[in-house]
Amino acid sequence: MTASTQTPAAPGPLALGLRQGGLEVKQFTRSREAVVFTMAFPAIMIVIFASIFDGEIGGGVNFTQYFITGMIATGLLSVGFQSLAIQIPAERDRGVLKRLRGTPMPKWVYFAGKVIMVLIVGVVETAILLAVSALFFDLDLPSTGARWLTFLWVGLLGISACTLLGIAFSSVARTARSAPAVVTPVALILQFISGVFFVFTSLPTWMQHVAAVFPLKWMCQGLRSVFLPDSFAAQEPGGTWELGKVALILGAWCVVGLILCITTFRWTTKRDG
Amino acid sequence: MSVMTQEEPAIAVSGLRKAYGDNVAVAGVDLEVRRGEVFALLGPNGAGKTTTVEILEGYRHRDGGTVSVLGADPEHADRAWRARVGIVLQGTGEFDDLTVGEVVTHFAQFYPSPDDPAAVIARVGLAAKAKARTHTLSGGQKRRLDVALGIIGRPELLFLDEPTTGFDPEARREFWDLIRDLSAAGTTIVLTTHYLEEAEALADRLAVIADGALVAVSTPQALGDRQNAPATVSWRTAEGTVERKETSTPTALVAEIAAGYGGEVPGLTVTRPTLEDVYLTMIGHR
Repeated sequence: MTASTQTPAAPGPLALGLRQGGLEVKQFTRSREAVVFTMAFPAIMIVIFASIFDGEIGGGVNFTQYFITGMIATGLLSVGFQSLAIQIPAERDRGVLKRLRGTPMPKWVYFAGKVIMVLIVGVVETAILLAVSALFFDLDLPSTGARWLTFLWVGLLGISACTLLGIAFSSVARTARSAPAVVTPVALILQFISGVFFVFTSLPTWMQHVAAVFPLKWMCQGLRSVFLPDSFAAQEPGGTWELGKVALILGAWCVVGLILCITTFRWTTKRDG
Repeated sequence: MSVMTQEEPAIAVSGLRKAYGDNVAVAGVDLEVRRGEVFALLGPNGAGKTTTVEILEGYRHRDGGTVSVLGADPEHADRAWRARVGIVLQGTGEFDDLTVGEVVTHFAQFYPSPDDPAAVIARVGLAAKAKARTHTLSGGQKRRLDVALGIIGRPELLFLDEPTTGFDPEARREFWDLIRDLSAAGTTIVLTTHYLEEAEALADRLAVIADGALVAVSTPQALGDRQNAPATVSWRTAEGTVERKETSTPTALVAEIAAGYGGEVPGLTVTRPTLEDVYLTMIGHR
């Protein structure tokens, strides 16, 4: 083969992963209703909450400042966990996964594509939520670099845990049709018990204990340390923000999710044997 | 993975077995596909065709037997092996919101030395649809896209599981030409099909599978020894009824009848079993 007819070298693994991400984002942005609902949902929720609770939670802090944390966390949960746990069974049913499995594509490239999509959508959606809240509902954005840093790592760890658990949970639903029925209640229950819709400490103690097992509660708590004055830390169940514990538990869920992904992920449907 | 020589078969299977619970799908299949040939696997639904092919493609575990495809066991095949094998599955995996061009170009980068996406799209007859979203394609066009994705990596061995289901006759002829092209370029092709005329038109050899076992392996012409099978001679008698006789010497019989008529024999036909007749007998439907 001469140099002129030689095909260009195949892209390296990193390029493959990035292009898979590009493809996923392209597919997402072309599905207009998914874009509108995913991007606007948390912002609409904060509009509703800020309109219902337009007073102060105490100490000169308005309710928006409290509920923004739950809305950010629930947005990340919906982008990472819910959307993947519903979307992947659909792709499995359509045979997309089986087809990819028949190519030399490294398995992890598929997951990298999903992770990139989730990260981009999560960042944009959170930015819209913060912009709407700051412009119309007097949200005070984090004032110090240290708080932004906490925001960054809590957000990243949280969305990583949600994404890995979403991919793992995608193997629970047997068909695409049953996926929303399996996934939605899990997300909804977590939101109710984790302090997304209520002030967490106003929940029954046993419910707080149950919530403390799952990542959403710790995402909310970590975010509260970013958006609320330090004086509020005393009202947390542990009397402090417990940021070390936040990192530890979210990290542990990442590990659990990763192990489940590796051991239980199915590329074909049950009837494919 | 061992280095292939020309003499080594592309596929060698012996004693292949697979059961789903109590249901035995494949019961001891022996099979050899030579390098460069077009091999057709025929059989009714549920006979074990797809199970066999998907074991060869590395999708399914087998319960017993040995399988070698391009010198490797497909169950433990690596990426390098996958790059040499093209697969067109029975069902299509659709990427709804992408265009034909985007999907083919994306798949091309999974392979070490892929074909030119635009050329492949033209080759399967989708050039006019390159910028169309895949969900707007007709059933036959989606199938062509499947074939494009199966050949984009320039495979040595191509599996086609019922590739022309849903094609109109013209599309089927075009598809046959494509398969002949690929075969002429040296690609080994394994094809499952319901269409006997498709097997007859394309296959160098074919195997008939029924109830999980091979009942025949042969060339299409020689299947069931049909070129030596008794011929049926039929003609119209003076009373207007149709006379029918089975004979292994049809020429002599026709000469005899012709002598009796002193010229043209009314309504004369001489037939041998068609591939379909032989096939239906084999799978026990006649």
